[in-house]
Amino acid sequence: MVPFTILTAPACPLGLENVDTDQLIPARFMQTPRAQGYRGFLLHDLRRTESGSMRVDFVLNDPRYAAAAVMIARNNFGCGSSREAAVYVLADAGFLCVLAPGFGDIFASNAIQNGLLPARMAACDIEALLHDPSVLAGAPITIDLTEQSVSCGNKTYAFDLRADFRQRLLNGWDAIDMTRSYAKDIEAFLVRDRAARPWRDPVR
Amino acid sequence: MGANPQTIIDKLWDGHVITTRDDGDCLLWVDRHLVHEGSHHGFAQVRYRDAMVARPDLTFGTADHYVATRRGAIQDQDCIRMVRQLMQNCTDNGIVCFGDGDPRQGIAHVVAPELGLTLPGLLIVCGDSHTSTHGALGAYAFGIGASEVAHVLMTQCVWQSRPRRMRVRVEGTTGLGVGAKDIALALIAKYGTGYAQGCAIEYTGAAVRALSVEGRLTLCNLSIESGSRLGLVAPDDKTIAYLRGAPYAPQGEAFERAAQDWLALASDDDAQFDHEISLHAADIAPIVTWGVSPEQAAPIDARVPDPAGLSDSAKAEAWRDALEYMGLQAGQKISDIRIDRAFIGSCTNSRIEDLRAAAAILKDRKSQVPGLVSPGSRLVQQQAESEGLDRIFIAAGFEWGGPGCSMCVGMNGDVVLAGERCASTTNRNFKGRQGKGSRTHIMSPAMVAAAAIAGRLCDVRELMREIV
Repeated sequence: MVPFTILTAPACPLGLENVDTDQLIPARFMQTPRAQGYRGFLLHDLRRTESGSMRVDFVLNDPRYAAAAVMIARNNFGCGSSREAAVYVLADAGFLCVLAPGFGDIFASNAIQNGLLPARMAACDIEALLHDPSVLAGAPITIDLTEQSVSCGNKTYAFDLRADFRQRLLNGWDAIDMTRSYAKDIEAFLVRDRAARPWRDPVR
Repeated sequence: MGANPQTIIDKLWDGHVITTRDDGDCLLWVDRHLVHEGSHHGFAQVRYRDAMVARPDLTFGTADHYVATRRGAIQDQDCIRMVRQLMQNCTDNGIVCFGDGDPRQGIAHVVAPELGLTLPGLLIVCGDSHTSTHGALGAYAFGIGASEVAHVLMTQCVWQSRPRRMRVRVEGTTGLGVGAKDIALALIAKYGTGYAQGCAIEYTGAAVRALSVEGRLTLCNLSIESGSRLGLVAPDDKTIAYLRGAPYAPQGEAFERAAQDWLALASDDDAQFDHEISLHAADIAPIVTWGVSPEQAAPIDARVPDPAGLSDSAKAEAWRDALEYMGLQAGQKISDIRIDRAFIGSCTNSRIEDLRAAAAILKDRKSQVPGLVSPGSRLVQQQAESEGLDRIFIAAGFEWGGPGCSMCVGMNGDVVLAGERCASTTNRNFKGRQGKGSRTHIMSPAMVAAAAIAGRLCDVRELMREIV
């Protein structure tokens, strides 16, 4: 995974609350192998009219945000189903960061696995960004993971992120390699746990 | 009890920690990993790394998301391929799979508890957010994403950071027609869909104790709809009785010894929680959702709320949007909302007790709308048929289907058509959840039965009084 340090890019002011993962990618697209790319499924039904044409009044379809790599949303972004495809659609469409006051827990850990930063910001700061004329005009903002800051013009906001998530993104660690380095600890655990929980394994 | 009183959440967590990193992340041992058709991304990553499944003996497959649940259904090739792919992935890796045609097949969160794969004190993961269900038996169970599925397949471990602990108390006694589903929806309606973000929940209080294990499975199932990855209930005599004799649970003497360990998992008397919230059971009425988020719910005897009364402009906009999508008017009586279809099923409400509750209302009555019942597993289906419940549903005009996720998520082709309104025992009323353009009202099985009979959302208590 590529380490995340500083990102400077336009932000899409989505502004919706409770964006569930069924909106991020409707279930009917989830049979698709990842290799085929998930970009086209991002917010598939919300951004289209009933007849299937792109809604001109939907913010993600606005050409000012065509190069956006940051999404700005209201609270509880990525709630609902655990589908990691909800992160694939964002990643494959070029997004590297979502700013919101809160995230679905599973969505946030899925995001980290794919190098997407789920940055938690105070609700009032999200409101400020959603109404900032330069953001609305499609001007780039800067996300600094080391400083945990978001800069927009001459204003700077702080964001919050779990310490372990921050480490993972900064280092671009591979979780499986890291876990395998603890093989001895795993063996030791299994020995002491067998005594503590003799009923642990399924009966055959 | 030691000098340092602990919650059940701490006891379960501490019992699974292999190592703790400097940043606070812990490597946890996984006792059971449940896989389903959607786990294909995880298996693909195992192949990509040329790796092995570390503990196939602790991994169990079940076909649920894409299996056909209607008799004679002609599925598209993609669904058939998804089910075959799961069964092949399990065969290739030496994993027991309750696949299509297996007498134990069904929804992962119904099958694992009834087979005793779910036990108190176990850590259980599955690439599905409703894994919180298994907490009802005192397990530490949560949903994971595809990368974590791959990680568990390859290592049988998972990295997690310690959650904050929340105690949710529901005291008192529930009234007529009020059950676990109403308790869960009432909590979410009162506190919002994000109230337990970052927390693990322990449900306590007299009304929770009074629930059967099946009711607790429903309550814990909906934890994810409150923002929490997991919710649990401490094991008690009901838990032990539910598991005694289950095929994958310890047997005989070993079971009785295990039961003593399980009962000791309960939170110590003085244990501290980070957050506490409560609700009085007597205040809960049968509840239905009116919008596109589980928090947009109201008692059946209420009116559709008016966004104009809200001071929060973003919330008002979300409510207006929900009413437009749902085709409802602010101020209309909820019990005047006409429905087109009814669905009884899903990991939330497809167990034998759910089917009995719905059948009790439907007996000797007729549904005004097409309806589908999808029992949660082959074993539930068999039990229901032995009790004659299938004949009650069929006589009422319902279709008696097979087990799977079915119309809750519509992946297998069983969908609610665009613009149609469905009274549903499921867990999510998100836009398009049951099919593109579908409109979902979530409620208990008895309330779905009542709605089907009336052809509109209906207070089941009226019908229950008739029965009495």
